[in-house]
Amino acid sequence: MTNLLILQTLNGLQFGILLFLVAAGLTLVFGVMDVINLAHGAQYMLGAYLAAAFTALTGSFALGLLAALPVALAFGLLTERLVIRRLYDRSHLDQVLVTFGLMLMIGEGVRMIWGSAPISVNLPQVLSGSVPVYGNLRYPVYRLVILAAGLGAAGLLGWMIHRTRLGMLLRAGASNRDMVSALGTDINRLFLLVFGFGAMLAGFAGAMMLPLVSAEPQMGDTVLILTFVVIVIGGIGSIRGAFVAALLVGLVDTLGRSFGPVLLRTVMEPDAASQMGRVLAPMLIYILMALILAIRPAGLFPVRQ
Amino acid sequence: MSARDAVMLALVALLAALPPVLQLLGEPFLTVIVTRALIFAIAALSLDLLLGYGALVSFGHAAFLGIGAYTALILSGRGVTGLELQLPAALAAAGLFALVTGAISLRTRGVHFIMITLAFGQMAYYFASSLSAFGGDDGQALRARSTLFGADVLAGNSGFYYLVLALLALVWLFLRALTRSRFGRVLSGTRENEARMQAIGFSPFPFRLIAYVVAGMIAAMAGVLLANHASFVAPSYMGWGRSGEMIAMVVLGGMGTLTGPVLGAIAFVLAEETLARFTTHWRLFFGAAIVLIVLFTRGGLLGALLRGRK
Repeated sequence: MTNLLILQTLNGLQFGILLFLVAAGLTLVFGVMDVINLAHGAQYMLGAYLAAAFTALTGSFALGLLAALPVALAFGLLTERLVIRRLYDRSHLDQVLVTFGLMLMIGEGVRMIWGSAPISVNLPQVLSGSVPVYGNLRYPVYRLVILAAGLGAAGLLGWMIHRTRLGMLLRAGASNRDMVSALGTDINRLFLLVFGFGAMLAGFAGAMMLPLVSAEPQMGDTVLILTFVVIVIGGIGSIRGAFVAALLVGLVDTLGRSFGPVLLRTVMEPDAASQMGRVLAPMLIYILMALILAIRPAGLFPVRQ
Repeated sequence: MSARDAVMLALVALLAALPPVLQLLGEPFLTVIVTRALIFAIAALSLDLLLGYGALVSFGHAAFLGIGAYTALILSGRGVTGLELQLPAALAAAGLFALVTGAISLRTRGVHFIMITLAFGQMAYYFASSLSAFGGDDGQALRARSTLFGADVLAGNSGFYYLVLALLALVWLFLRALTRSRFGRVLSGTRENEARMQAIGFSPFPFRLIAYVVAGMIAAMAGVLLANHASFVAPSYMGWGRSGEMIAMVVLGGMGTLTGPVLGAIAFVLAEETLARFTTHWRLFFGAAIVLIVLFTRGGLLGALLRGRK
């Protein structure tokens, strides 16, 4: 039981950190640019496909991952220049529609190039084993690598936002865009950078997940919805909020799925408990979100405007 | 009678004459496709109450469509096929769901509201996927098509068509009256300027919540019809892609006009069907069309139609 708890907690953290990588871009894009981007999940999916394509080309997953990053970045920059830039002074409704259309296009484009069948990639030998973590409990190396890489990226992001000049401009832009622009910052360049960087982070998350889940055209949809839950809970525009909320959502979802039926069994018949557990587990994070919003409508870490 | 009323009247007259014409042309199957378009027109009308009159961008509207469809599935499985029972049950279920989720979602505004309604929509989707007694992920075929007071009105294609058309006209008339009533004016007022409405003594929340409940109930009615149309119900009815499509129908048709979303829904479904005949990759062109239309045109289909007349 203890082993299972540790195992699932690690899984939950790893899932959470992954959600954070995707949510970071989304919350920054919204916080600074006031743009809601439904195509963000497609960037995650694209990251996985790019990594798969480059892994097949180079024969090495590490090289494939490295090659996918600049392409994901370039795709993000291109999207911003061609489409997103035209949305800054539009209503949220127009933004929703345009990015929805964009998402349909990217999804179908991926199907045209790579087909609808899932593409999987094998882990390199070094990363495919498992290591002992506690007692006789072993944990897959690669999942620890994801955890470490995600934490590293989160730390880097936190440092960038709170300690660098670019981060200062980002924070200033999130609280008063016009003022930053009036003080002489090229706000368009800042937006371009934020969007491209967010797209790259989402692509990185997709590429990292590739050996675990295999790339398929719908993989971005689920993640997009989950990251929405994350940034709504965390407070839209807040990186710290996104981090806390991502871990919370990752843990609640993972632990709920494995321990929900067990907990229910203490108060119900076993059959009814497993039935209830199956129904309730996928809904848990939405219930969590509803509860948090009922108490704090602006999320856990609201950004002062 | 305003120009949009005239457009709607002409449209209904045209639609009423359609089945015999299609029969003569030897394309009776097209009636089935147009029926589907009209069902979505009812759903789009209900969403227009939220988008166009309340400025509430709900991204979870497909959930109500699904609630209606599952009500029809569950009741017909128990031998209750009468629309006179199925419709009230669907409306009650959707109204309850709208009341609870609306009360929570409407505490927020703007992007928060978009994301929360989306999340509630997905919650309904996962709930339906976990109903293993009703097919789980795969969905389930309807045991029997609905009846009306024991009569098999939905069995024939044209009977079904005219029932849907009549309901569409009724919903349009109802929403036209509702949006012109005191309630509708207050709702539009909160869209235009929330602070001023509060200053003259209206709290926006109850008006928005009622609009949310009414829109949900009408969408559930469309859901009951949709289940009968496909004789099949699956969780994918409430996927978030469906919600996005409905928003596209309303905005591309011309939101806040009632007639526009009807045009939008019909154009949307027919375009989807036509494109799908030519290429399996129709979504690419469809997505591109949505992007270009929203970026470079204003006022939707109805706006273009009325401008062209002047």
